[in-house]
Amino acid sequence: MSIALKRYRSISRISGPLLFVEAVRGVAYGELVRIETPSGEERRGQVLEVTDRFAVIQVFEGTEGLSLDKTAVKFTGETIKLPVSGDLLGRIFNGRGDPIDGGPQIVPEDYWDIHGMPINPSSREHPREFIQTGISAIDGLYTLVRGQKLPIFSGSGLPHNTLAAQIARQAKVLGKEEEAVVVLATMGITAEEARFFIEDFRSRGVMDHIVLFINLANDPAIERIITPRLALTCAEYLAFHEGYHVLTLLTDMTNYAEALREVSAARREVPGRRGYPGYLYTDLATIYERCGRIHGVKGSHTVFPILTMPHDDITHPVPDLTAYITEGQIILSRAMHRKGIYPPIDILPSLSRLMRTGIGEGRTRFDHREVADCCYYAYAEGVSLRELIAVIGEAGLTARDRLYLQFADEFEKRFVNQGVYEERSIEETLDLMWDVLSILPERELKRADPKTIEWAKQQGKYKYRSS
Amino acid sequence: MERRGRIVRIAGPVVEAEGVAGVRMYEVVRVGELGLIGEVIRVEGDRCTIQVYEETTGLRPGEPVVATGEPLSVELGPGLIGHIFDGVQRPLTRLQLIVGDFISRGVSIEALDRSRRWLFKPTVKVGDVVGEGDIIGVVQETPMVEHRVMAPIGVRGVVRRVEEGEFTVNDVVVSVETERGMVGLTMLQRWPVRKPRPYARKLPVEEPLITGQRVLDTLFPLALGGTAAIPGGFGTGKTIMQHQLAKWASADIVIYVGCGERGNEMAEVLEDFPKLTDPRTGRPLMERTVLIANVSNMPIAAREASIYTGVTIAEYFRDMGYNVALMADSTSRWAEALREISGRLGEIPGEEGYPPYLASRLAEFYERAGKVEALGRPVRTGSVSIIGAVSPPGGDFSEPVTVNTLRIVRVFWALDEELARRRHFPAVNWLRSYSLYRDELEAWFRRKLDPEWSNMIRECMYILQREEELKEIVQLVGPDALSDEQRSILEVARMIREDFLAQHAYHPVDTYSDLEKTRIILGIILDFYRFTSESVKKGVALHRILDLPIRGEIARLKIRPLEELRGIADSLRTDMERQFRELMKEV
Ligand SMILES: Nc1ncnc2c1ncn2[C@@H]1O[C@H](COP(=O)(O)OP(=O)(O)O)[C@@H](O)[C@H]1O
Ligand SMILES: [Mg+2]
Repeated sequence: MSIALKRYRSISRISGPLLFVEAVRGVAYGELVRIETPSGEERRGQVLEVTDRFAVIQVFEGTEGLSLDKTAVKFTGETIKLPVSGDLLGRIFNGRGDPIDGGPQIVPEDYWDIHGMPINPSSREHPREFIQTGISAIDGLYTLVRGQKLPIFSGSGLPHNTLAAQIARQAKVLGKEEEAVVVLATMGITAEEARFFIEDFRSRGVMDHIVLFINLANDPAIERIITPRLALTCAEYLAFHEGYHVLTLLTDMTNYAEALREVSAARREVPGRRGYPGYLYTDLATIYERCGRIHGVKGSHTVFPILTMPHDDITHPVPDLTAYITEGQIILSRAMHRKGIYPPIDILPSLSRLMRTGIGEGRTRFDHREVADCCYYAYAEGVSLRELIAVIGEAGLTARDRLYLQFADEFEKRFVNQGVYEERSIEETLDLMWDVLSILPERELKRADPKTIEWAKQQGKYKYRSS
Repeated sequence: MERRGRIVRIAGPVVEAEGVAGVRMYEVVRVGELGLIGEVIRVEGDRCTIQVYEETTGLRPGEPVVATGEPLSVELGPGLIGHIFDGVQRPLTRLQLIVGDFISRGVSIEALDRSRRWLFKPTVKVGDVVGEGDIIGVVQETPMVEHRVMAPIGVRGVVRRVEEGEFTVNDVVVSVETERGMVGLTMLQRWPVRKPRPYARKLPVEEPLITGQRVLDTLFPLALGGTAAIPGGFGTGKTIMQHQLAKWASADIVIYVGCGERGNEMAEVLEDFPKLTDPRTGRPLMERTVLIANVSNMPIAAREASIYTGVTIAEYFRDMGYNVALMADSTSRWAEALREISGRLGEIPGEEGYPPYLASRLAEFYERAGKVEALGRPVRTGSVSIIGAVSPPGGDFSEPVTVNTLRIVRVFWALDEELARRRHFPAVNWLRSYSLYRDELEAWFRRKLDPEWSNMIRECMYILQREEELKEIVQLVGPDALSDEQRSILEVARMIREDFLAQHAYHPVDTYSDLEKTRIILGIILDFYRFTSESVKKGVALHRILDLPIRGEIARLKIRPLEELRGIADSLRTDMERQFRELMKEV
């Protein structure tokens, strides 16, 4: 727009990340604001509330160094937009969307509002295309499909980044040679962690199919509110406009939520659980729900949020509300990690809600559901027996009990455990399940159809040897 | 004259305006240049506060606010069934045709298709006297649903003209001479969503809503016209259970409200329901279903409205004489919407930030359930059953939404994280859950299903209770301490859990269990229990019993269709008896 931007010097209060500007006219809710600092540098912000007298602005780069008298504010009349074009591929941006790779500014085809718009539920196609990650536990028990949102819940010191990078590296849809695009948004992670991802992409020579939005631990915290939105807008453009199959990694969503909390506290809003704003659920939904598949549209958008659970507490609002929104959750366990198992996935509480439509005849294999149900049931049985012997010792165990205990151990060691660069086909994964199940006699496999068990026997996949 | 004011403040979904003359509470207004839909939720002097049902980004102080004079209302008439609407009843499929795959703002679109013609068959004739609620004609809305067009509330007079044939919802089909002159009745009515539709009288419940889910139909039955809550942490199976109920419940009409939950779950219903068939009529399930979708990233104020939109449509079909089941997934998201709006209004928060009126709003909502005699002639009864999912933060049932809901509803299906973790679904905790309809429904079950029904249920519950006590002993002193009699209880309890209560939603046969099938399986397991007790008393070793081939047969009963089960039930019993007799002979 060509109208000259109005410049205000009427700042009346600065509080946390917020600026209060008086006597404004014609300011729009949500619009982008440019702030001139006393030292002449420019920062950006967004209108959080506006009345006919004043506006409240959140400043993405923080308010440090701003003063009431020497700061000026310009309202741009625009909401925050990302310049989009196919040239986004291969580029690295900071958490506000400025290129930091030394390359040119993007020559935009269009500008897309970073808040996006909700996908009409009746336009959605239910995701069902199986993504093989080559990781047995995921492919076998928590099958991922194109368009799904599946988070990793982790704790500090656990290998969530290694796992995320392995998924990004190995994810493929069988029988399709389409190139995958990865969009990575980091919020408040360390420079070292960011370098890990970039090195992994570089060493594989896939940088031209990656887009990075990097906000590090020492970057402004409030900026983290827009970083994932920039990345998702970029991903939506590449998926729904350019037809790519996009995998978006968002890490670490806990840092994102903390930024939100900071703004909420500065606005003196009534806090919800543990100080997070009451609208945290809705806010997170406006992020996670931006993936999926759309009828008649070629591309797809799959989202992998990663978050660390403070004190490994899954009832903390960020993992709790995330799991209420996402289509399952992969939880990493410190106990499994201590046992030396990689990926250290906590088997029982992890879940993929879209698994059902992604598996079976024509997608993975007809026996997938049954063999997974059997393993799951047997493992749960083994784990509760472990808990029991922790209390009463092994004395009273029956022969059946011992088999289940053995199953749980071998399942962890042989099935779940694998190498960081090991890629197993879905066939191998499913066969491995039958192989471990061979510890148990047939009548214990209640969750499988006798016909399926017969088939597995004939194929030499299930081979129970009574001893 | 147009009543117009101007925006003075915008904070998220809440907008304040001044200068709208004579504005009333709950009046619908058009906000800003885009004409976004909003509803007045506070009036103070010249100022009013509005919750806006669409995204407010880009609005500016000074933009106009125009009053419409109407409260937030839904359109009622043919064209509801089989369709999906948003929280303020915009038809999402038609919206998609107009604006594309992403929901954009400021689009006005009528809920019911004005161009569609329906074959109207009158049931009144010239000279008849009609009053409010009287059925004046019928339309076959879908092969499953006859839409009974009713004279609107407040109309009374003599029929002067009647049409028959194909009409749109806007055409006058019956003209009535009333005290206030001629009134042209169409197939379309409007009704304010926040106001319960009137009925002649409330009736006691006496019949169960059969859900096809064994654990519910046996242990914790819901009545037609009753209320139930499904609280549970994430992943415990609330949505699947709501979907199962929407698919298989013995209701004539299903209203499914997706309130602040996932878009893909609505897509799943839209894809599955046209392909699944109703076990009673053999018709596609979509032909009795209305979907209301305000998914989690759609505007929060419309989420607040969505459950009222849903329940008003439910009452409308109830008034036609139907049994309607309404599922709301999740009422917690609705409560959160209430909380957010309340926070933006600066109201004094109650517990966990929820407004102090949370409990009364919940009560008002569930109060709209019930079995009633409808207004008007012919005399007819209908019901609305409400089943609300509750999503407690951290899975903690002591939080305000769960607590306040449990004060109101009469059935509590408590979902259990431990069961879900072990993939025991439906993860209904049999010790924590309850149904306060058990006594009222007992006569029905006795008459229609089995004179012994209550005893069977009692016995089943007894075994499950005993299991719990015995498990505690095992936890303390180990399994060695148990006698064979006690161990046999544990084994039968395991059979009840795994072979009866657990039910796979995605298994083509197991997904729906006819009441008769449910009774047959339970009966056989209880027989097994009796034989087991008897044999153990006679000194048969438990492990011999556990090795009986009959056990494998029992485990597979649930994946057999009813017809097959009917055929084998008797021979199975004889087999079982023979197998046990042989064991007992040996000792
Ligand atoms: N009756 C059932 N049969 C089989 N699986 C079920 C059943 N109920 C729940 N599940 C499993 O549990 C998962 C979570 O269920 P869902 O209803 O989405 O949970 P919630 O709504 O409580 O978060 C499903 O994706 C499915 O894998
Ligand atoms: Mg759910």
